[in-house]
Amino acid sequence: MKRLLALGAVVLTTAAMAWAGSDNPPKADGAPKPVITKAVKGEQCVEDTDYMRRNHMKVLDGHRDKTVIEGIRTKKYSLKECINCHASETTGSVAAAKDDFCVSCHSYAAVKIDCFDCHSTKPQGSIAMHSLNAETAHYKHKLAAQATSKVSVEEMAGVAQ
Amino acid sequence: MSKLKPMSDQVPASPERRRFVGAATATAAGLTIAPGVMLYQVAHGRPEEQAASSAVRWGMLVDATKCATGCDDCVTACSTENGWTPVAESKHPKQAPQWIRKLELQDPLTQMETNLPMMCQHCAEPPCVDVCPTGASFKRADGIVLVNRHTCIGCRYCMMACPYKARSLVHEDLDDTQKPDVPRGIGCVESCTLCVQKIDRGDGNTACAEACTAAGHNALLFGDMNDPESEISKRLRELPTKQVRADLNLNLGVRYHGI
Repeated sequence: MKRLLALGAVVLTTAAMAWAGSDNPPKADGAPKPVITKAVKGEQCVEDTDYMRRNHMKVLDGHRDKTVIEGIRTKKYSLKECINCHASETTGSVAAAKDDFCVSCHSYAAVKIDCFDCHSTKPQGSIAMHSLNAETAHYKHKLAAQATSKVSVEEMAGVAQ
Repeated sequence: MSKLKPMSDQVPASPERRRFVGAATATAAGLTIAPGVMLYQVAHGRPEEQAASSAVRWGMLVDATKCATGCDDCVTACSTENGWTPVAESKHPKQAPQWIRKLELQDPLTQMETNLPMMCQHCAEPPCVDVCPTGASFKRADGIVLVNRHTCIGCRYCMMACPYKARSLVHEDLDDTQKPDVPRGIGCVESCTLCVQKIDRGDGNTACAEACTAAGHNALLFGDMNDPESEISKRLRELPTKQVRADLNLNLGVRYHGI
């Protein structure tokens, strides 16, 4: 019995060593680290990076109440200004793709962002690129009414198919 | 102070500078701030770090005698400025937001037709604020009645309390179609904001009133009702005006002439 136990211990130790030394060690770090892209515009954030990483939610929270309730629209700590600088060059947004500035860290930290249920994720001006853009949406029916090109029977058949 | 010292041609007028100049000369109707750059209608431009003041009460005068049949330029301008989908294009017209809507009324006895836009009346004593359980519905110092979407829970008591059917709820996800200046979203109540983003920018006018003037009707006049020298105060002194449901004693910010 004693021999059997000793053998078992040896087998277990060997297995553990083999596992630790294999080419695919277990991920001690967990989820992949967030991708932090440098801001497109601007040289320096309104505060140090370390401060902003820990406290951006607090300063945004304070600023939003001042803006909504008192109408103070200073640029420092304004979410709009964050978006202006940090929108991705590829998506034009801070939260459209998984590597975009806000989403990248928030998905790593598993913290849900509510901001973009209501706030645009894109800087001013770029929204014109969006297909559902309300800026032109109300003109669509007018344009459709003005369209004079006649649709042929073949095209209609093609659409139906 | 009607003219400022011209700046050099090489230095473009920055927005900050424009804002500062606007604030410094709040009553000037039009002035030169740089060669070739004119600043018009700087009514109550305030510095961006200054809170909205109760010295001002923003309001609107609707002249129903000038409001044209079949014209909905004010509605279109509002939806463009604030990014809401017009009822005609909505997948769910009964739920569609209506920050402003055009009414065409007819007297059944005389067949007289009246046109008017209806929107949030920006009451001095707003019933929506009285009933809000979270304090999300509030009146800003300058008289604009707003919804703080950060605290709105979408219970819609305010929609029921409003005598003017001015509010609507966003039922569906807007999928990032909002304007950067006008956050709005699912589960929150919303209504006319008197283009608060434009006021804070110092534009001194709303999108609907601008559109009405551009169309040549001049039926909408926006301004400060507390300032006796403002255009709206002068017109309110001269014209007979009414408040809709005046019996409720809400002291409305929107007054109608010709109804």
